[in-house]
Amino acid sequence: MTPSPRQASRARIWFEALAAQGAVGISVAPPPVATPPSLLCADASLGGEPARFLAVVPDPDSPFPRARGGEIGVREAWGLAASVRQAIEADRHAAVQRPLVAIVDTAGQAYGRLEELLGIHLALAAAVDAYASARLAGHPVVALVVGRAISGAFLAHGLQASCILALDDPGVVVHVMAKEAAALVLRRPVAELESLGETVLPMSYDIRALARLGLLHRLIGGIDAEAPSAEEVRRVAVELGAAVARARGGPLDRMRRVPREHEPRGSWATLAVRKALTLQWDLPP
Amino acid sequence: MTTRAQPSSPAGGFIAAESFIELRARERARAILDAGTFFELLGPFDRLHSPWLEMQGIVPQEDDGVIVARGLIDGVPSVVIALEGSFQAGSIGEVGGAKITTALELALRDAERSRPVRPVLLLETGGVRLQEATLGLAAVAQIQSAIVALRERVPVVGVIAGLVGCFGGMSLVAALCSTLIVTRQARLGLNGPEVIEHEAGIEELDAADRRTVWSIMGGEQRHALGLADELVADDCGQIAGAVRAAFRRDGAARFRSRAVETFMHRISSLDPLRPPDPRHLRAVWPREIEP
Repeated sequence: MTPSPRQASRARIWFEALAAQGAVGISVAPPPVATPPSLLCADASLGGEPARFLAVVPDPDSPFPRARGGEIGVREAWGLAASVRQAIEADRHAAVQRPLVAIVDTAGQAYGRLEELLGIHLALAAAVDAYASARLAGHPVVALVVGRAISGAFLAHGLQASCILALDDPGVVVHVMAKEAAALVLRRPVAELESLGETVLPMSYDIRALARLGLLHRLIGGIDAEAPSAEEVRRVAVELGAAVARARGGPLDRMRRVPREHEPRGSWATLAVRKALTLQWDLPP
Repeated sequence: MTTRAQPSSPAGGFIAAESFIELRARERARAILDAGTFFELLGPFDRLHSPWLEMQGIVPQEDDGVIVARGLIDGVPSVVIALEGSFQAGSIGEVGGAKITTALELALRDAERSRPVRPVLLLETGGVRLQEATLGLAAVAQIQSAIVALRERVPVVGVIAGLVGCFGGMSLVAALCSTLIVTRQARLGLNGPEVIEHEAGIEELDAADRRTVWSIMGGEQRHALGLADELVADDCGQIAGAVRAAFRRDGAARFRSRAVETFMHRISSLDPLRPPDPRHLRAVWPREIEP
């Protein structure tokens, strides 16, 4: 799918809508640390408590040419790590830890020679570390997928959430590699990949397939993903608030993505491995 | 475990140089563990293979390319997770991913019960398996989560020997390890050279230019920049010895994934439009990373 420019700014649309909605009665905090213009970070009210909203957006003026279109590059990833860590520090001795909301619509990780040289893998790992550490420290971490959730970028910004929500919209896609590149690596035509995705669920780019695999906690329908009304924004905010409450009610120390037996096909292999390995773990030689 | 307890042999008893890279994953795990202590969990006879590869006309492997072995390191209970680079480029699918996650979570459970298990990851992987895309991606996220929790209690030691290297989501796993050991033959990067060439064009990176590729993501360069801790020769004894030394060092671990200010400063001090070459970067990014 070739993203339209409009689609490329979904993260900003939802960041501004949710932060503005939350700004009633509470001031939107300035960015906590010096971060690039492509990283949006604000504290705003969610369900009556302050929450930190984070989004990565395009920055046509970025000095990193490979990270101008909303990709997560080295600056964005280290910036995410800094912004999340600042919340962990600020709430270290607080009675409650503020929720972190990752608004996900990224064009993927930055594919560049310079990025590799500078260790973009470590930058993304730092963002993963920050989100996972926040979860371990008691922060409810929730991801809201409003557009493209792609590969390494999704790992760094979204997949460490204890709860993942997504808009049920054709522009909401999850994938590991763009179709053309995947076709090249797998030596199959794009059309064949697309038809494979219909039967092989994990190969599907459709967000509904992700829900069927048990990897999504909520698919929110009836929302205009690109021009949401005030009422639609309010509905999404309510869903986020509910997700925060669920995260607080459950164990925060790891992602609750262990498939249950009644869950759909695709999770049984994971379950079989978990059972068998746990049984064998302590066996003597 | 007491039945297997035996005196530790510091370097695993290796005398002559023996290539580690040439070994398959199972033998690599054996080479890391104290002699005679290797036993495999979920071996091929458990017949837990990928349900998704067959649907795509690909013959699965009964261990799904991930070896999980228990045994001892310096006499201490350990788990070695070895990825088989020769099966689907060491890629992480649902079954292999669940094997890794479960092993790390069981190691965490044991550590929480004051029965620490030493975890070692032998990374040889192109990343998420494209044939099991989203399930592989979710598994990699779980592996990362498990390491962040586990390394607070016990060092997690990673090894990248080569020749596949360590790419994609698994490069983040390498970056999260408490200690990362590499050889000169190893490569560590988020995007493989072929992917960069495809996405950004051959003028960005010529994937066939091995010298350039290794100068950017080769083990020696990663070590020089402080993105890997130990640079060792392709030798079983040296690699097993470096793993043992990493656990002996222990102490208060400093994780490079938390050196946020250092790296933000380093990156903001560069001019991306006049990028440094790999050699020059070594001069301005010292190995020692202030946390």
